[in-house]
Amino acid sequence: MTTAADSLVRVRSLKFGFGPKVIYDGIDLDIVRGKITAILGPSGTGKTTLLRLIGGQWRPNAGSIAFDGIDVHQQTRSQLFALRKRMGLLFQTGALLTDLSVFENVAFPLREHTRFPESMIRDLVLMKLEAVGLRGAAKLYPSEISGGMARRVAMARAIALEPDMIMYDEPFTGQDPISMGVLIRLIQGLNRSLNLTSVIVTHDVEDVMKIADYVYVLSGGKVLDHGSPAEVQQSKSALVRQFLNGEADGPVSFHYKAARRYADDLMAGRE
Amino acid sequence: MNFFTPLTEGLRGLGRATLFLLTILAGTPAALLRPRLIFQQVYSVGVLSLIIIVISGSFIGMVLALQGYRTLVNFGAASSLGVLVALSIVRELGPVVTALLFAGRAGSALAAEIGLMKATDQLSGMEMMAVDPIKRVIAPRFIAGLIAMPLLVSIFSLMAIGVAGGHAIGVELLGVDDGSYWSQINQAMHGADIRDMLIKAAVFGLAISWIAVYQGYHAAPTSEGVSRATTSTVVVSSLAVLALDFVLTAFMFH
Repeated sequence: MTTAADSLVRVRSLKFGFGPKVIYDGIDLDIVRGKITAILGPSGTGKTTLLRLIGGQWRPNAGSIAFDGIDVHQQTRSQLFALRKRMGLLFQTGALLTDLSVFENVAFPLREHTRFPESMIRDLVLMKLEAVGLRGAAKLYPSEISGGMARRVAMARAIALEPDMIMYDEPFTGQDPISMGVLIRLIQGLNRSLNLTSVIVTHDVEDVMKIADYVYVLSGGKVLDHGSPAEVQQSKSALVRQFLNGEADGPVSFHYKAARRYADDLMAGRE
Repeated sequence: MNFFTPLTEGLRGLGRATLFLLTILAGTPAALLRPRLIFQQVYSVGVLSLIIIVISGSFIGMVLALQGYRTLVNFGAASSLGVLVALSIVRELGPVVTALLFAGRAGSALAAEIGLMKATDQLSGMEMMAVDPIKRVIAPRFIAGLIAMPLLVSIFSLMAIGVAGGHAIGVELLGVDDGSYWSQINQAMHGADIRDMLIKAAVFGLAISWIAVYQGYHAAPTSEGVSRATTSTVVVSSLAVLALDFVLTAFMFH
């Protein structure tokens, strides 16, 4: 069991929904300092929603989210912005500013939040780009680089202000095996070398299990199981096993629920 | 759905847009401290609209001169051609036509740009980097629209009256006396006309920029949402310009 001091993020009794649709129905979750926590779950379980809630972009209907002991949703806008400087969020697309070069994208948070001289900004940006292996691409524009490279640039930008935590939203989606390997190594390497805390939201089970220290499996607004990757793989929950093993049928049915039986539906066309 | 639903929906939209305008105004001082961001946008909405404004201004001036000459010459008043062209342009056509072109060229581009930034998570990304998109993206674009419109209307009017429009057709082609063309303008046009033209330009600039950034910022983050925002910007701001023009003219009419 984690203590309050171990956790960088503590989520308690979180409830959230869009209108009548319930996304979270009272979940508890701890993101432990210095570790890589993976949040797994089928598409549509609201994994990205969780990151936006932690980042304070959306407000929960009930429950609390504390970042380093500070309740994210009890802050003024300026306090929330101060808190966000300590966390980075990597969007699925990278969310790079398309009118700025790779260099300027990484320089963006430095220019916005610091008064560093130009020479220092240049050195810092080149160091961050070197860390993700893209110093040579500094002059290119986001439209000139691949999706995997865009995510690495976004990583460099996220670490520019040296945050405590980085949240990755589906970092592996649509990546070829080489690019995927690069991203996995980078996430692990950055977490270790910068003493970060990482949260990875994904449904790429196999890859994330290699680097995660702790895993949560979410579905239907609940935490189905959590523990080390080895523990979760031995889960008693049929749904967790279906998800981890990628089985087409199980508790989550292959067929979307239909109003009529198959035969009735086919016959209905002859009337 | 009852009879009042469209009305309440419309009022709600207007309320949201007003709150959004207040948020932008609150972010304006921060944007003014970074003039470089504003100049970049003045270039994008103003300088890049120059070609369409210059060409349209010239043609409208030329058409006005042709039509005006045909009527005036029947009364032996062809020497008043300058006044006809100048007052029509300065009081009405300059601000209104420029505003309609501005809505089509710059307003739609603004809405599409902001809508796409939203759809590709660039605005959310900024928020997560603790950068307020209202101050960094929206306010500079809004201010730029306000600055650019009076300048564009002035250029449009100059082109229509003097440089290539009415003067070229009236004096060079139809043979109206150069001296009468200018001296009659000089006598008939007052400072108040120019002031009113600039007031109209500023009000139209505010309306178009407001509508464009609102539509872009509140666009659904999909390709259809962005396309709808772009279309709405042009339709709503064109109607707003025509309605505002009537109200302003009514007030300015002595």
